[in-house]
Formats: sequence, structure tokens, C-alpha cells
Amino acid sequence: MTILRIIRDLLKYDSRFRLAFIFLSTILIMMLLSLVSPYNPNKTFVVAMDTPPSLEHPFGTSSRGQDIFWWMTFAVRNSFLLGMVTAALSRVIAIIVGLIAGYEGGWLDKVLMAINDSFVVMPLLPILILLGFLLRGKMNFFTLGLILGVFGWPWDARLIRSQVLSLKERAFTRTAVYSGTHPFWITIHEHLPFVLPIVFATTINNMLWSIGMEVTLSVLGLSDVSTPTIGTALFWANQHGALVAGVWWWIAAPTLIAIILFLGLYLLFSSINEYIDPRTRLRLIGG
Amino acid sequence: MRKFLLHYLLPRIAQYLTVIFIGITVTFIIPRLSPTDPVEAQVSMILSSGSAVDPEAIEHMRQALTEMYGLSGSPLEQYIAFWGRLLRGDLGPSLSTFPTPVTRLIGQALPWTLGLMLTAVILSWIIGNVLGALASYYPKSKLIYAIDLMSQAVRPIPYYVVALVLLVVFAYLIPIFPFSGAYPVGTRPSLTPSFVLIYLKHSALPALTLILVGFGGWFIGMKSLTSNIISEDYVVYAETTGIKERKILTQYVMRNAMLPQITGLGLSLGTVFSGALIMEVVFQYPGMGMLTLQAIFRNDYSLIMGIAIYSIIGVATSVFLMDLIYPLFDPRVRYQ
Amino acid sequence: MAILSVRDLRAYYRTEAYGISRTVHAVDGVSFDLHPDEIYGVAGESSCGKSTLIKVISGNVKPPLKAYSGSVEYDNGLQKVDMLTISPEEMRRNIRWKEISYVMQGSMSVLNPVRKIIKTFEDIVESHRGIQDKKVFREQVEAHINRLGLPTDVLNAYPHQLSGGMRQRVAIALATMFQPRLIIADEPTTALDVVVQRGVLQMLKEIQAESKNTVLLVTHDMAVHANVADRVMIMYAGRIVEEAPTKTIFKSPLHPYTKHLISSLPMIGVRTTKTSLRGSPPNLANPPSGCRFHPRCPLAMEVCRTEIPEMVDVESRHRVACHLVKGGAL
Ligand SMILES: Nc1ncnc2c1ncn2[C@@H]1O[C@H](COP(=O)(O)OP(=O)(O)O)[C@@H](O)[C@H]1O
Ligand code: SF4
Ligand SMILES: [Mg+2]
Repeated sequence: MTILRIIRDLLKYDSRFRLAFIFLSTILIMMLLSLVSPYNPNKTFVVAMDTPPSLEHPFGTSSRGQDIFWWMTFAVRNSFLLGMVTAALSRVIAIIVGLIAGYEGGWLDKVLMAINDSFVVMPLLPILILLGFLLRGKMNFFTLGLILGVFGWPWDARLIRSQVLSLKERAFTRTAVYSGTHPFWITIHEHLPFVLPIVFATTINNMLWSIGMEVTLSVLGLSDVSTPTIGTALFWANQHGALVAGVWWWIAAPTLIAIILFLGLYLLFSSINEYIDPRTRLRLIGG
Repeated sequence: MRKFLLHYLLPRIAQYLTVIFIGITVTFIIPRLSPTDPVEAQVSMILSSGSAVDPEAIEHMRQALTEMYGLSGSPLEQYIAFWGRLLRGDLGPSLSTFPTPVTRLIGQALPWTLGLMLTAVILSWIIGNVLGALASYYPKSKLIYAIDLMSQAVRPIPYYVVALVLLVVFAYLIPIFPFSGAYPVGTRPSLTPSFVLIYLKHSALPALTLILVGFGGWFIGMKSLTSNIISEDYVVYAETTGIKERKILTQYVMRNAMLPQITGLGLSLGTVFSGALIMEVVFQYPGMGMLTLQAIFRNDYSLIMGIAIYSIIGVATSVFLMDLIYPLFDPRVRYQ
Repeated sequence: MAILSVRDLRAYYRTEAYGISRTVHAVDGVSFDLHPDEIYGVAGESSCGKSTLIKVISGNVKPPLKAYSGSVEYDNGLQKVDMLTISPEEMRRNIRWKEISYVMQGSMSVLNPVRKIIKTFEDIVESHRGIQDKKVFREQVEAHINRLGLPTDVLNAYPHQLSGGMRQRVAIALATMFQPRLIIADEPTTALDVVVQRGVLQMLKEIQAESKNTVLLVTHDMAVHANVADRVMIMYAGRIVEEAPTKTIFKSPLHPYTKHLISSLPMIGVRTTKTSLRGSPPNLANPPSGCRFHPRCPLAMEVCRTEIPEMVDVESRHRVACHLVKGGAL
């Protein structure tokens, strides 16, 4: 399997990938542990309040009487899922826009890219705050994913478009055009395989963005704060003035896990990005 | 000159207007698509606050609010009226501090955010670029390697988390900076030296956070740009001619690597602005971010609308200004 | 007496990524001498290692390129230096531009796009001699470029405002500023149209005739060598295959590859059947054994596949590396 071979090569030769592997494995284990959690994360006051980390409660307990470690297993799982939902939706939009703009060219390309670039420079946070504000109380974790997905595609659509533009010039596309194949099939058959590695890299980057955005919106109280996520963990800690009250572990746990998750994803992103970089490829196979 | 107007300036102006048009239209559409009726929400909130319930007064209030929010008439009429008010600079009164106009509230908050943001953006851009260029020109330096590692480690972490960590470390564990605010409660902003000093001390931590998160992106960008540019013909040639190293680094490598970074600066302003909002919330800094937080907590719909619209226009205008400045640095654009 | 002697030079590009390493044997055992007051041509098709050779000679060896063995000795009559071991600062101070200057391949992109032409002159002069008086300096530069037939305006232009031919002339003007003993020119006319090419070559020739320095002229274009060079060396796949005075090379080439290059030259009035070689130039990451030309050589023998042909002198100034050619005609 080529994928397994790539992973083995990266593990062997790229220390960033190794670190990413360790971080993300930790996250994965936490996510799986949520399946065997002894506590229901929606129930409050099931353990003693405000106890510092101990063997029984590795991350301590919160002022809401919840075990922070087990609660965080759900939080990580949900944050990660949110990232996946957002990434999936925005990938679909980005691929469609990127392929159409790149392939059709002309005025359609111009219009699509003008819209695209508008979203690139626009400050999204105030708009998302407005949305979150209006949907307050009705927002669930899935709608948040959809909303972020609707806003999270422009950077990557541009990237995919530029990739298509360079592929378009290749001989095989021109042959296909002359042979009368419908452009749509050319796109699907010939361009997608080249575009997919980039899509994978941008997926990770997009997850970083959406999980971070969730933290921001949650801290402002604009998401569904009853669902455990990294953001809502911080929200509840703030609500109870954890820092001032000296319940530092309540802040420390989500912070630590956020750092592990974000670093893991970022390192994976940059390692893969380098692997698929045409210049690196060139060095591998010779130019 | 004609070519410059036609191929550079005109498309930029068109893009500027497109951004504003799309942004404003989106902020117009969102409330109208949302299942929450802002008028009903407001009415029920006032009712629940326990004031006297007079059905006629409620109906009156409902009409007044509908009028004020620009929700009367057909969608097209509403849309046209919306633009009309915007062009007159009228964003309506704030509900939580009725009848203070939203524009006045924003006008009071904006300078704080701008000051913080400008300082942070400029400093992080300069620091990031200089260090990034040095990093790839002197790849063996240990110090630069350490900076590289640090910037890579901070870069992916959300603003909020970085701010939180810095707040805990520098205001709580090692209390060298004040916890919050731009100045202590009870002092009045003035331009006296002592106030400026207090202001700087209070702003240091939020600014530091913005710089710390911001400079990593510039650093990494500049590093990779530089490592590409040092193998460009004009740099290899300059080295062959025996031009002094420092001159090559500044006038040949950095001067050229800077150009995409200037474009990048324009593109990043929206993100930095969003970051500054978060920063203010963490550090309770009295700018647009705190205003937003207040608006959320006090259910002030018109204020949030105003903030969104102001942010879009403000950021789009700054990006446009960057586009106007760019030709000063690139003769290829200036003399086409 | 040679001004530059290259002995058994080997310079390879070595790259490594994800455990796969690759070595491109771009220059593999090259020896030759340059004499004062001559135009020495280096020919050979694209990617045979010409530019790599130039990089080593001009002190531009940077990873992934590395010189693995041999020597490059520069001797200006006063001092001898080994270009492979001299310190970078010493090279910058004493050799670069004052002794050896360089007209780079693709001079289109060798000028800093964001700096006016005069600034490049300024940077170079400043770094080597210092500039006391800007006005005097400017007058000197103006006089220099006028002498070469360039208008004064170019000094205030940015590179993108000049035509390709103009930029190439500026590059030559830059290279001749300090009257160096050796001027290296790598494909100075490639990508220029024919009329402009002629002008640029004329300029190079005149400069050489006037200052009697040495010009190392690299180009894949045999017609240029025929017109300009005093001696020509032919490279194939990182090695020298033949070297002789220009007349000899064109009149009585001995190496099958040289013969091929010359027969493919278009000649006025003569209708030659162009013989095209089979195959393509070898991959220098994995060059053929024996004579590197053997997979494409129409005359290849069994021995060519296993044994590297030795360089033999057929006349006092004519040497060839081919199993068909026996030495001792001296
Ligand atoms: N930076 C580099 N890294 C790896 N290989 C290179 C590099 N530059 C040139 N080469 C390889 O070295 C060989 C010789 O190239 P070059 O000296 O540029 O040839 P020429 O100037 O004769 O066209 C070619 O096979 C080329 O692919
Ligand atoms: S040595 Fe053999 S293969 Fe090489 S050129 Fe001579 S005859 Fe041809
Ligand atoms: Mg070359």
C-alpha cells in the first residue's frame, strides 16, 4: 500500500511527522476513551467539586462537579468532529468553485474569484458573531459546523484553482479536449487525482481554523454551551471564574489539550505539505 | 500610466467595491434568514424584565422597533433603505444604551483597537520579516533556530488560548503586567506622561500576544520566500560580483522577498482584526472587542450589526489602502 | 603560461529526501587550461554540465553542488590561488569582479528587478573600491557605458523597462567595469533574436580585442563558436570529448559527437541531411559506463561500453577522447 509506505517514510525521515503522530495518537486515544467514560458529560455534580488533579481524577474536578478528564474526552471528540464536518462541507464548495473557475475560465472565473477574494479579505469573526447572536439558543454543534463550512472555503478554492490552471496546460488535457470528452469528465478523471493531495493538506488546515473558531465563539457564549467542546470547557471555566477562584486545572486541562491538538494538526499539515511540494518531489525523482 | 490605471488600479477599485457590496449584503441577509425575529426577541426581553404590560404600548414598541431595524416594507425596499441609511452614516441607536447612536459607541471604542492593532501588526510584520530573512540567510544560527521553533509552536494555537496562557503566566504567576484593562479603574484617559505610561503598561500584554501570534506567520513566510530568493539569478549574480553580504541581504534578498509579504499584510488584516477582538475580551481592553462582548451580553442587536458593518468597511478600506501603497515598493507595477 | 588551469575536476549535485539520495555527476573529470588573450569556447548540448563547470570556476559552489576532487588554479602572474580552497572573503575582496567577472546565463533575470541600473553599478563599485564622490562616480559610469555604445538613459531605468538585448549589454558593461583578466560568459546570446545576438557578440569581441583579456564563452550554439571563439572545447555528459582551435574543430572534427554537432549546423547554400542522434542525453544521476556517448554513438564498439576512452593528443593543440582515435600523431 502506497499510503502505508508514505507514512512509514515520513515517520522515518521527518521529525515533525513523528511529533505530529505522537500528538494526534494522544488525541485519538482520548477520543476513543470517551466511549468508555464512567460519567455522563451532561450530568453535573456527579463528583466532588474543585478537587485538584489526583490519581482518581487526573485533571481534577470542576466547580460543576464534573470529572475534567472524562469530560475532556467528549470535548476533544466533539471539537474534532466539528472540524471534520466543517472541512467536509467547505472542501466540497472549495473543490467545486476551484475546478469550475480553473476549468471554465473567462468571465465565470472572474466573477467566482472576485467573490472568493472578497471572502478572503473580509473579517469573518464579526459576521460569525452576528450569526451566532441571532441563532443563540437555537445553535447546535452541527449547525455551527455547517455555518463554519459555508465560510471556510475561499482560501482553498483559490489554491485548487491555481493547481487546475497549471494542470490545464498539460498535454493530456488538450488531447482529451480534442477527442471530444466532456470537460466535466476531464476534470473528474484527470485533475482530481492531482488536486486530491492538496485537498488533503488543506483539510487539516481548515480543521485548525474551524476548531479555533469554535473556541472563540464558545468563549463568547455564542455556541451551544451544553455540548462539551474545547471551547465550551473554557466557557464554563470562565463562567465560574476558575482562574480567580484558584481552580487552575479547569483552565489548564483544555488549554493543554488544545495545544496538543493544534500542534499535532499543524505539524501534520506542514510535514505533508512539504512531502507533496513539487520541488521536493523533483528532488526525489530528479528533474 | 494608462496601463497602470487599467491593469492595476481599476481592478483593485472594483475588488474593493465588491468586498463592501458582498459584506454588507451578507450582513443584510443574515438577520432576515435567521429563525429569530430580532423585534420579537427584543419585545419579549423587555417584557420579561418585568415592566408594566400594556398591550397598546407593546404594539407601539413593536412598530417602532420594526421601523428602527429597517424591517418594514418588501425585502427590496428594506435593502434599498438599508443602503440609504448606511450611506448617511446612520446605524441607528444602540438598544442597551438607548438612545446613544451606535456610531458614537463604535467611535469611542475604535481608537483603542486601532492603536493596539496597528502597533501589533507593524511590529510583528517587521520583526517577523527581519528574523525570517536572517533565518534563511544564516541557517546555522542556534538563536534563530530557537526562534523558529517557538514561532512554529505558537502559530497554530488560537489567539484565545495564547492570550490565556500569557495572561496566566505574566499577570498571575509572575505578575509583571496588570491583569486587565487599558488603564486602572478610576483614572481618566488623558495625554499626560503618567497616563501614557500606565496605558503602555496595560497594553503591553495584549500587544505582546498579538505580536507573538502574528510574527510567526511572517517569519515562516519570509523564511521560505528568502530561501527561494537566494537562489534567484539576481542574488547569485550579486554574490558573484562581490557585492558586500549585508547589502545583498537587505537590497537584493529582503527587498524582493518583502513584496509578497506586503500583499500578504493586506490579506491578513481581517484575521488580525478578529484576533484583536478576542485579545480585548481576554484582557478586558476597552476597544471593539469589549464592545462586542457587551453587545452580546446586553442583547444589543443594532450594536452588533453596526460592529459587523464597521469591521467589514474598515478592513476592506485598509486592504485597499495597502493596494494603493504597494506600487511604491514595486517599480514593475509602477511603470508598466 | 595559463591564466586558469583546471585539473581533473569533479563536481556533483547530491540531494537527499526521505531516504532517497541522488548524485548528479554534472562535471566528472575535466581538465583544461585558459591562456591570456583568447576566446575559449565551451560547447555541448543542454544539461551536459557547462553551467556547473562555470559555477565551480567562478566560485559559486553551493549545496547541493559540491566539488569532490581536482583543482582550479587561477594565476594572474603575481599570485596563484586555488579557487576551491580560497576563503569566501578573500575571494570576494581580491578575485571577484576585479580579476574574474561573469556574464550569467539568463541575464534577463540577473538584474535586481526593484533597483535602478545605476544602483547595481553603485553597489559593485561601492563594495570593491568605495565611492567618494557620487557625481564623479556617475560620470565614470556614463563614460564607460557610452564607450560600449549604450545610452546614458539606461542607468535610470529599471530592468523590466529594458529590452533583452539591452539588458545583456548592461550585463557586459557591468562585467567589464574593472577590466578583469578573465570574463566568463554563460550563454550570453541565448534567448536573443539573431540581429541582437550579433550585436552582443560584436560587443564582446571588441572588448576582448581592446583589453586583451581572456573570455570563457559557454554556449550550446556552434554557430556562435564558429564566429567568435579561438579555441573550442566540446563537453558531453560531464566530460570533455574534444578540444581544438576553432578552425580544426570545424574542419576536421575527430569525435563522433563533435561531428554530429557540426553536421547539424545549418550552412548557407549547402543542403545537408541532418543526422539526428538516436536516444536522448544521458541521465547524469546514472551515467552510462565506459564512453558516456556509447548508447547514442553510431560507431560504438564493444570496448566503448566498458572502458572509458582516455584523452589523447592528436596534434599539439588538439585532443580527443574516443577509442577510435589513437594518439601519437605528435
Ligand atoms: N541545483 C541542481 N540540483 C540538482 N541537479 C542540478 C542542479 N543544477 C543542475 N543540475 C543538473 O546537472 C546537470 C548539468 O546541468 P548544467 O550544468 O546546468 O548543464 P548545461 O549548462 O550544460 O545545460 C543536469 O543534469 C542538471 O539537471
Ligand atoms: S569511444 Fe566509442 S562510443 Fe565513444 S565516441 Fe568513440 S566510438 Fe563512439
Ligand atoms: Mg547552462
